Amino acid sequence: MTSVADLMAYDEVLDRFDPVLGLEVHTELNTQTKMFCGCTTTFGAEQNTQTCPICLGLPGALPVVNAVGIESAIRIGLALNCEIAQWCRFARKNYFYPDMPKNFQTSQYDEPIAFNGWLDVLLDDGSVFRVEIERAHMEEDTGKSLHVGGSAGRIHGAEYSLLDYNRAGVPLIEIVTKPITGTGERAPEVARAYVSALRDLLRALNVSDVRMDQGSLRCDANVSLMTKDATEFGTRTETKNVNSLRSVERAVRFEMCRQGAILATGGSILQETRHYEEVSQSTRSGRIKETAEDYRYFPEPDLVPIAPSREWVEQLRATLPELPWERNNRLKADWNLSDEEFRDLVNAGALELIVATVDAGAPADEARSWWVAYLTQQANTRGVELAELPITPARLARVIVLIAEGKLTTTLARQVVDGVLAGEGEPDEIIAARGLAVVSDDSALLAAVDEALAEQPDIAEKIRSGKVAAAGAIVGAVMKKTKGQADAKRVRELILERCAEQ
Amino acid sequence: MSLPTPSGGSASEGRAISRGDVAHLAKLARLAVTEDELDLFAGQLDVILQSVATVGEVAADDIPPTSHAVPLTNVFREDVVRPCLTQEQALSGAPAAEDGRFRVPRILGEEQ
Ligand SMILES: [Zn+2]
Repeated sequence: MTSVADLMAYDEVLDRFDPVLGLEVHTELNTQTKMFCGCTTTFGAEQNTQTCPICLGLPGALPVVNAVGIESAIRIGLALNCEIAQWCRFARKNYFYPDMPKNFQTSQYDEPIAFNGWLDVLLDDGSVFRVEIERAHMEEDTGKSLHVGGSAGRIHGAEYSLLDYNRAGVPLIEIVTKPITGTGERAPEVARAYVSALRDLLRALNVSDVRMDQGSLRCDANVSLMTKDATEFGTRTETKNVNSLRSVERAVRFEMCRQGAILATGGSILQETRHYEEVSQSTRSGRIKETAEDYRYFPEPDLVPIAPSREWVEQLRATLPELPWERNNRLKADWNLSDEEFRDLVNAGALELIVATVDAGAPADEARSWWVAYLTQQANTRGVELAELPITPARLARVIVLIAEGKLTTTLARQVVDGVLAGEGEPDEIIAARGLAVVSDDSALLAAVDEALAEQPDIAEKIRSGKVAAAGAIVGAVMKKTKGQADAKRVRELILERCAEQ
Repeated sequence: MSLPTPSGGSASEGRAISRGDVAHLAKLARLAVTEDELDLFAGQLDVILQSVATVGEVAADDIPPTSHAVPLTNVFREDVVRPCLTQEQALSGAPAAEDGRFRVPRILGEEQ
């Protein structure tokens, strides 16, 4: 356990060292079946009900590659601006650990399907940081271990382990960055922004559920420090078990401070795997890392090589959807927003909500204004994220349409939205139940206008003598009498008509 | 297949595999090999590797290394679910099982 005393202050770390990051992201593909067999991949099934002789590694069973797994891998590679291998093979990664019943993991070694790419990530201040991609390769997920005895499911002190192989063989793509340098103080932010951008990208490609909480997107963060005058990278640690975007940021920051303290006292960093602990927001030592050759990789003899034709690659390129950053640029232009205005929307978590509201039939201006003004206020008051407010984009869109049709005023619309937030149902039901429809009956409005004019004869006189601006006070009075249920523009017209008649 | 780089031991000139390599491989394979056996196996493995190496002598520069004897590429299957084993079937060959899971001895010092 690392105590606070063993950590260097973040500013001091930056004064003395440059951080270097390497991020490895594993994403489970959302294929119907596993990578090398026809077992289903549904999450959360009863243990060991999704296996077959192939993924259990029984003698004589032979794997066959899932075509959609390969397609997804190539599409991910293309979206990451990678080159796609003309020819590549799977390899066996040999190790002794019971999470793979075969005693090896089918992976790719020195022939990844995709390599040499990049991903531009947007930082909080709107600047763009380019992360270079080393490779994206195909492999299979492992089973899940449960350690019995010992403390909190950890191996230490465990008496035995129990294995569930439902997940063993689920297709995984591992995406590895080149060393990320030059981030300075923004290293933790870059790490988070990269994983976030990658998540958005994979979601847009519809190749993965990208649920960090369910493990379908996992990040291992390699962190090392270089002294300012160093020409070579320092020894790195690899932190695993980083299960949220916030944890990615915290884990990198923690490792920087931990390593800084060790290096400052003349110590050296152990090349090891560390585990991120959500509760203490720190990392703890795992195992000393075996070097690559210890896995004794060799070409998988049971799977023939993959040679994607250039025609096929181009066909797959044509299936790439509008990528998140392209979409953002388009929306920014369509909505006529500045970079800063657009970034505020993104940071407020309003972007997808506005898009959904527009899709449900509302004009973009109105949709944006509701989400960033009134609903942001409501979210702040309740201390929740915008997306957690109990109002759907469809219901908000309905309210906006009713305003456009003249059936609600802005004041009434807010009451309807309040009703939706209070769980009173659909906007139309709330209007009926609360009696919030606009009073569009001129005779009812005229009665209220006459009443207001009679109550304030001096103002009425001003209007009659041509001081039209004075009408505002009467409009206000009428709105009060009709409890906001009148269209202010119509009320004004009626006041002016009335005064001209008399 | 790539062999580990020689890592010390009593490798003599011209040997394909050293005593240190054998010790390293034995450790990776979780085999308890005695000091005497290291000498014995290093010698035997060396003979095997030297014999296999003669194959390399006939390989010309224009012949790429072959990992697969069959000239096939791109053998894929449709992403269609097939029936799985039941839990009972899956566990039927396991030496030990508990709570629907395979039970294995505790694992020392190798948390993944
Ligand atoms: Zn299977």
